[in-house]
Amino acid sequence: MSFIKSGLRYSAEHEWIDATAGSPATVGVSAIAADALGDVVYVSLPEVGAAITAGESCGEIESTKSVSDLYAPVTGEVTEINQNAIDNPGVLNEDPYGAGWLFKVDVASEGPLLSAEEYAQKNGIDA
Amino acid sequence: MTKQTALYAQHELLGASFTDFGGWQMPLKYRSELEEHHTVRRAAGLFDLSHMGEVWVTGGQAAEFLNYALVGNLAAIAVGKAKYSLICSEDGGVIDDLIVYRRAEDRFLVVPNASNADTVAAALKDRAVDFTVTVDDESENTALIAVQGPAAEAILLEIAAESSRQLITDLRYYAAVEVELAGLQVLLARTGYTGEDGFELFINNAQAVHLWKAVAEAGVQHKLAPCGLASRDSLRLEAGMPLYGNELGLDTNPFEAGLGGIVSLKKSDNFVGRSVLEPLKEARLQRKLVGLQGAGRRSARAGYDVVVDGSVVGTVTSGLPSPTLGYPVAMAYVAIELAEPGTEVHVDLRGKPELFTVVSTPFYSRQK
Repeated sequence: MSFIKSGLRYSAEHEWIDATAGSPATVGVSAIAADALGDVVYVSLPEVGAAITAGESCGEIESTKSVSDLYAPVTGEVTEINQNAIDNPGVLNEDPYGAGWLFKVDVASEGPLLSAEEYAQKNGIDA
Repeated sequence: MTKQTALYAQHELLGASFTDFGGWQMPLKYRSELEEHHTVRRAAGLFDLSHMGEVWVTGGQAAEFLNYALVGNLAAIAVGKAKYSLICSEDGGVIDDLIVYRRAEDRFLVVPNASNADTVAAALKDRAVDFTVTVDDESENTALIAVQGPAAEAILLEIAAESSRQLITDLRYYAAVEVELAGLQVLLARTGYTGEDGFELFINNAQAVHLWKAVAEAGVQHKLAPCGLASRDSLRLEAGMPLYGNELGLDTNPFEAGLGGIVSLKKSDNFVGRSVLEPLKEARLQRKLVGLQGAGRRSARAGYDVVVDGSVVGTVTSGLPSPTLGYPVAMAYVAIELAEPGTEVHVDLRGKPELFTVVSTPFYSRQK
């Protein structure tokens, strides 16, 4: 599986956002982040209906090794969360761009986002 | 410049991700650290521990010298046996925790942690000036391979010479013996840092790759897998074993770390740190190292504050979600009045307090 999925946009904090189907957009964490964290064992997500703000923490992701904040890549309202990712956090490692999605959000405004190419370059990876 | 062990190329071939630990580039994990953890609990794991130190102490006064340099009664170790001990500073702080193997009446092997190997070797040499001993730091030339888990003995028997088989099956915990494995002479110790049965294999660097490959091959049918430092850390924490730099340091004394039993005040010898440690044994401790079990799913991590009624009453030294037990476990220094098992405290998990209960350690004990 490729480390960075083309067609998505990324935050500097390693979240991806898929807004290709319009709003709501889908958010997850990149394979780079999942790999750096190690085996994810606990995910805390914002609640449905919660207002999230681009660049601010809206949850956390925990592995045996460490814990990281989950940062909102956009400002908006959470419309759906992935209960499967909460019940089976390992899915973030297995399929970070697919079954490991985290939540959907009605986007009010975007934070600074990178293209897949820019994100790859920033992380020293050939896209 | 970080150092590489004799097995570095093997780790690269196995696709390891590396981490800098104690000045060495060591495998952090090969695949999933959780799988590696479970492999050690259920089958066996193969670890490269060549970053650990190996310091030989030899001479007519070797036993007497170690009784002066370390806090334990090393002269009491029978030949072939080993003892966990501490080297302390003049003011009673812990310079390192280490294992001492008695290989002969006048010959001992001291195994310090990687990050302290130079310091310990230097301290031993310093302390040796008035004794008839030689202190040889062989750390750079020695490889150390660990085979840990319920299948460890069966795996070693696969590659043991006929004449070594009984030596291995008879070997007791905290004992060591010279055996022939895969055609090589190996110093084999029944010791470990995982809470499982297991062995540590000392061999010179030139023979390390041959031994590593032989163990790996023999282990295939026993479901052995190479394991990195990530799983080593989660395994040792479940087993309630301290890690130097986390639970132990120059600013901790052995008594508050729960290692008072390691300090031998019965031995007649003077030893470095004795004048400070002896009165401490009778003094009331200010704080104590305890186990914590989390009530929620979020884990305490090293450096987090332990709080009661809004006041900081301690510090977490290690913590993670226990892969075997399924709940967060941690070790922490807490004020002495909170050290009783059953005491409820909170840990400040990045601004949000979470309930933890003081429990006795180890968190995990294998079925014997």
